[in-house]
Amino acid sequence: MLDGINMVVYPGEKVGLVGETGCGKTTTMKTALNVLPMPPGQIESGQIHFKGQDLLAMNGREISRIRGREVTMIFQDPMAALNPVFTVEEQFSPVIKHAANARLSKKEVRARAIAALEEVALADPERLLKAYPTQLSGGMRQRVCIGMALATTPQLLIADEPGTALDVTIQAQVLRLIHDLVEDLNTSIILITHSLGVVRETVDRVYVMYAGSVVEMAPTPKLFANPLHPYTQGLMESVPRLSGGGVSQGIPGRIPDYMDPPAGCRFHTRCPHVMDICSRQKPPVFRIDGEDGEVDGVHEVTCFLYDGEHGAAATTGEVTT
Amino acid sequence: MTEPILIMRDLKKYFTVGHTGVIRRKPIDVKAVDGVSLELYAGETFGLVGESGSGKSTIAYMVAGMHRPTSGTIEFRGRDLFEGGGGRPLDLKKEIQIVFQDPGSSLNARRTIAQNLAVPLRIHKPDEDVISATLRLLELVDLPPSYMYRYPNMLSGGEKQIVAIARALATDPSLVILDEPTSALDVSVQGKVINLLMRLQRELNLTYLFITHDLSLMRNIASRVAIMYLGKVCEVAGGAEFFQRPEHPYTQMLLSSIPVISDEEEALKPAKMVPRGEIPSPVNVPPGCSFNTRCPYVFEQCMQADPQMIELHSQHFARCHLLKAEN
Repeated sequence: MLDGINMVVYPGEKVGLVGETGCGKTTTMKTALNVLPMPPGQIESGQIHFKGQDLLAMNGREISRIRGREVTMIFQDPMAALNPVFTVEEQFSPVIKHAANARLSKKEVRARAIAALEEVALADPERLLKAYPTQLSGGMRQRVCIGMALATTPQLLIADEPGTALDVTIQAQVLRLIHDLVEDLNTSIILITHSLGVVRETVDRVYVMYAGSVVEMAPTPKLFANPLHPYTQGLMESVPRLSGGGVSQGIPGRIPDYMDPPAGCRFHTRCPHVMDICSRQKPPVFRIDGEDGEVDGVHEVTCFLYDGEHGAAATTGEVTT
Repeated sequence: MTEPILIMRDLKKYFTVGHTGVIRRKPIDVKAVDGVSLELYAGETFGLVGESGSGKSTIAYMVAGMHRPTSGTIEFRGRDLFEGGGGRPLDLKKEIQIVFQDPGSSLNARRTIAQNLAVPLRIHKPDEDVISATLRLLELVDLPPSYMYRYPNMLSGGEKQIVAIARALATDPSLVILDEPTSALDVSVQGKVINLLMRLQRELNLTYLFITHDLSLMRNIASRVAIMYLGKVCEVAGGAEFFQRPEHPYTQMLLSSIPVISDEEEALKPAKMVPRGEIPSPVNVPPGCSFNTRCPYVFEQCMQADPQMIELHSQHFARCHLLKAEN
């Protein structure tokens, strides 16, 4: 399913992972957190480093020391993430206890939960702690989830479509809240989304995924000013513009079958610029812009169109924070 | 624009969700649609936009005949859609068809595409040959004839929705209700479905009641747009005008919330309008103007009286105490 994903997140950086349904965005993150059910999941090869430690080599106890403390996650549907038969307090307390890794009195736990709810701009946190998730609106539920995820001052927050299930005015508020909080806490964030608009307004750097591989990586302004991969270009053209101009035809064809992915570049069956080599060979990563080790200038694309022209060599990386 | 094909007059739909007290039981109503008056002209794409709970789908279901209005009327070409007590006559059903958001659940998964398409054909065109009619429908929407014998799960999401569109067109309707027809689809697939809908509209002279929460999409296809908030219409205007001169504070808030992908679009967003507050529960709509809990310009009058719809300038209507008609 996933095919050679290389991804790096630096401390305090806001990174976006954008792609359409079934391209493997969520699978990538679940693999990284080691929460993918195995079997049927299987990791063929690769490494995931968090602050220099290999997460895949860790046992359950070791990884749970990181997961939920240093790395936390927000999901798309807050109703599914919260348990409807427990109050907010009953769900909040274990998170705080797990994060603190020390004995806390009931009072302290409560005080910390209230502080966390205040952080996410929820009014009357004391009453809220006694409420059940069904008594809250969608936006409030998502705020509770954000509060839980950030109560532990994690170093990395993974937000999986945090606004998609919400109305657009509520989504705007939730995204701004996440943006402001991670900035205050200097937390890194990986924002998973299918919306290019959300990416543009929230993150510093973007990875574009298609059918289980990263096709392009660039700082947000560069990606939107100059999208290079034919898939990224097609995606951008597909988005209806508020300024008008009609609706484009979109990208022809459909995403490939993962049981039998096309040989070579997985996008070649739908690509308008397809060449002979595309169906024979998997394209390497071409660096178009930026130097090795540079954080915010590098623009990379996985496409043969950029072979020779720029002559950049393939690069490798690893998921590191 | 010609004469209106569909007229809604003071349309209301309340759903009773419970009762208060024990002795003097009063029903608790959700006012899903509360006094909506709209007109649709033949051949246009009328966009109905709103967030969840605004009542846009309830309007669609009433026009389609799935719900009876609590009060108010809907007229289609001068005929009351709910005249008499019983079901809607077949010749009216034939004229008004609907396409739902999720083709995965609106198509029968246990039947082939041909069998799915045959249902309306058998009812509305009993004299015609079903096979040739099915083939003609598939051709109309650019699907290969071989799709007849496929099952919905063998098709992609976009293709399924195209089949659902073909099924809606089986009766040769003049008004098609599109209830979020592309919301379940990826953006790269959406374009194909939208362009098909636009082509069909031109060729068959269809009128669309297009329901969506996607304002960017609306900008590109609608001739006129209405914004709904908690069961009421806030603003109605022509497509381009609506986006260049949004007047109602809620419209401005909605526009400023849209994540866009270019600076050009960013410039169209009302900058000062920061979205705030939650949408109140439709069971407990605030008195006065229903937007008063979130409106940055709220003043006393908003708490007391519900504003009336006024025509600000030609064909641009809004419902807000702050706004005055031109001249």
